Amino acid sequence: MINQEAHKLTREPNEVEILVAQSLRFGVLLSAAVILVGLVLFLFSGEGGYPGESYPTQLKDIFAGALSLKPFAIILAGLVLLICTPIMRVGISVLVFLKEKDWLYVGISSVVFLILISGFFFGK
Amino acid sequence: MTIIAIKILLVSISAGILGSILGLGGGIIVTPALTLLFGVDIQHAIGASLISVISTSSGAAIAYIRDGITNIRVGMFLEIATTVGAITGALIAGLISPNLLYIIFGLLLFYSALAMLKKKKEELPGEVPLHSVASKLKLQGEYYDKALKKNVTYNVDNVYGGFSVMYGAGVISGLLGIGSGSFKVMAMDVFMKLPLKVSSATSNFMMGVTGAASAGIYLFRGDINPIISAPVAIGVLIGATIGAKIMQRLKSKTIRKLFIPVLMYVAIQMMAQGLGVKLW
Repeated sequence: MINQEAHKLTREPNEVEILVAQSLRFGVLLSAAVILVGLVLFLFSGEGGYPGESYPTQLKDIFAGALSLKPFAIILAGLVLLICTPIMRVGISVLVFLKEKDWLYVGISSVVFLILISGFFFGK
Repeated sequence: MTIIAIKILLVSISAGILGSILGLGGGIIVTPALTLLFGVDIQHAIGASLISVISTSSGAAIAYIRDGITNIRVGMFLEIATTVGAITGALIAGLISPNLLYIIFGLLLFYSALAMLKKKKEELPGEVPLHSVASKLKLQGEYYDKALKKNVTYNVDNVYGGFSVMYGAGVISGLLGIGSGSFKVMAMDVFMKLPLKVSSATSNFMMGVTGAASAGIYLFRGDINPIISAPVAIGVLIGATIGAKIMQRLKSKTIRKLFIPVLMYVAIQMMAQGLGVKLW
């Protein structure tokens, strides 16, 4: 493995790749950490913070619950962050292509971003 | 409770490994495992499998992009088809009976499994013509293959065919709330003739977006249960990170040998569902 790295045969990742990978890493680590905190809290206390097996399903209840440290709400907040990670990745791609003046791909990634956002409204 | 969480975590790690190697979401493991082994009802299992799709995608993509396997341009371009498809699927979900679609898509998958079987001795696609649209979109690329220890440059063919299958993949995702990775890999491997590793990594990359497009709906509906989804998310993220390392060192031939039976299984399952036969 060290041998391969030393050969430097791998092509260097370009700026788009570096920034997209970094944004995904940020999203994944942040959401995993939040989910883990919620899960550990729940397993130790045995309480989800809500009556019975119930849990919040609306964004404002989830974030309000997470701020008052209810384990289920913390987990769900982490899951919301996880769901948002790929969407954020598309948004970041628009910016990176813009910076690279790659207009064709600015257009393509903007279209994807707009469709994704409109999908959220169709869902409601 | 802790024991169950650990068990779900372990199952999810294996789902993440297999999903990231094959370019699938891991839903084919997570959904049956949760319903059969842990007695989770189907709604919550599907919600958790959606979380698994997004986790596999984001977790594996970090390594695949950094190592230059993922073709971001191909992914972004085809995401137009999958996202429009996903919305179409969500809109027609209530209007038509999905049974016919299950059968059609099941047959399509079966056909692609056979097409893959023909390529089972082939490590790389060989000479592929560069489609004119692909050239305009600068879709061709190269990557360093760690199993072959060499740089692989590749062309992209049949953009229209690939785009259409991707639209179909999106429709299925919207209808069923799955990542439909098997269709994505098929579109790139069988139609556009990309190297299998690039197809798998790019399918992985795209799946998160497809999953995220419908995850909101499932969340608001209460199908994403925190107790089940938390160990799934963590486990799959761990598995996907491991799988993304393993895949690069496997020969494409080996990956294909793993892929074909999985494809056959999904195809048969879809057709059975369309015909109203219960397999498990």
